Amino acid sequence: MVVAEQKPLNEILAMLQPYKKILVAGCKGCVTVCTTGGKKEVEILASEIRISRKKEGQEIDVKEITLERQCDPEYIDQLEEVIKDREAILSIACTVGPQYIAARYMDKLIFPGLNTVFIGGSKEHGIFAEFCQACGSCGIHKFGGLCPIARCSKSLLNGPCGGSANGKCEISKEVDCIWQLIYDRLKGLGKLEQMTQVIPCKDWSTSRDGGPRKMIREDLKL
Amino acid sequence: MKSGSRLEKILTGGHFAVTGECGPPRGAAADEVRKKAAHLKGVVDSVNVTDNQTAVVRMSSMAGCLILLQEGLEPNLQMVVRDRNRIALQSDILGAYALGIRNMLCLSGDHQKFGDHPAAKNVFDLDSMQLIQTVRKMRDEGKFINDQDIHEAPKMFIGAAVNPFADPADFRAVRMGKKIAAGVDFVQTQCIYNMDRFEKFMQQARDLGLTEKVYILGGVTPMKSVGMANYMKNLVPGMDVPTELIDRMKGVPKKDQTKEGIKIAIETIQRLKEMKGIAGVHVMAIEWEERVPELVEMAGLLPRPQVD
Repeated sequence: MVVAEQKPLNEILAMLQPYKKILVAGCKGCVTVCTTGGKKEVEILASEIRISRKKEGQEIDVKEITLERQCDPEYIDQLEEVIKDREAILSIACTVGPQYIAARYMDKLIFPGLNTVFIGGSKEHGIFAEFCQACGSCGIHKFGGLCPIARCSKSLLNGPCGGSANGKCEISKEVDCIWQLIYDRLKGLGKLEQMTQVIPCKDWSTSRDGGPRKMIREDLKL
Repeated sequence: MKSGSRLEKILTGGHFAVTGECGPPRGAAADEVRKKAAHLKGVVDSVNVTDNQTAVVRMSSMAGCLILLQEGLEPNLQMVVRDRNRIALQSDILGAYALGIRNMLCLSGDHQKFGDHPAAKNVFDLDSMQLIQTVRKMRDEGKFINDQDIHEAPKMFIGAAVNPFADPADFRAVRMGKKIAAGVDFVQTQCIYNMDRFEKFMQQARDLGLTEKVYILGGVTPMKSVGMANYMKNLVPGMDVPTELIDRMKGVPKKDQTKEGIKIAIETIQRLKEMKGIAGVHVMAIEWEERVPELVEMAGLLPRPQVD
């Protein structure tokens, strides 16, 4: 899923400072799963904004909505009524959501309530980690099923570098050396010879380096 | 001859090589490079010029190399893949050769998280292995990565770093084998303090037949003090400083610690000279270039052979 975390409340309050009629818009997709932008988080964040404004003795009118998804034009329709009298929209979807709203409503100001951090998953309760960088040409089978592009600090395809120590990355003892994990996996699978192959330069044109990407599914087009 | 560099001639001539290192200044003062060069001239066969080491902004490696050339020293251009994509890397290789640089050391580079610009965006378009492949392809096939012909190919003597002390331990010699397969001519190792572990690495390298295929220069860094030893043990990634060595440094009065550090370095060089498969030493006297002449002298490695 796309993993996102809420921006610090002070930053959100500062962005919204000039506005009185606000809409907090959540999303029932990935950000509900990673518990940063679902219905519950919309309620909490809306309350926090109201309380904080009240404390300052300022008037505020915060409405709430949680869309089925913010990354699909048909679900953006759900905003049609509620958005009419709003001055500012705070989207707490991943950064895709606020851009869909911005594209639809040219006269509305849009603010991001979340920082989109990565494509990943939860490792244990409350801990999320990055697993994919969307390079556009998956080759994890060459690495024991693990991705060094997303998970090696230097995206090395022929690692591990000289900074791997005790299974940890040189940048932090909190970061696993993915090449140690790849080594352990391949060793267990009896396929260590895979690590003796020199992996040649990667074609990054399928990645973000090739420009903003678009995927076209002819079979789905109407 | 692949490149005709002095380092290549020393190594292929069967001489025990001595290379040094010069970290460019954090400023534009060419004189600082010249000062370091003066200490190393005639004392080492070739001088590595570091490329924004520890991800701290410094004068460019290429500029440092050119100053060394002007001073009559042979440079070894360190190049990291952290800061340049394949367009810039290949362009710099052409430029370096055009300026007279004949040795290169292909590196990944320390992550910028350690450096003075942790907010930087890194590149890592290639990794160090692919950079080696690229320099070899440019030299031996006269082609760029995209297979287009190069008009006048750069003929570099290709080096890489190896760290026998990183993990997974069993993989380190195998990884050196990979670098050889990618096209490396010589390697310089991480600073050697744990001689037992290094012996094991070399045994594995010999068993894999690697010492016949590459020139291995053992890395030696004299310690100035117990503080430096502790710093390297605890804070430098990939460094293995055994406790016994720190205890030995602690065992002498503070004023004699630098002498003890030099003594340890000389002992290390003596062991490396005896070791099968070692072709030379790489002396990294970090901000301590003035002590390199006595170190090399006391290790019995002066005068340097004349190969030109």
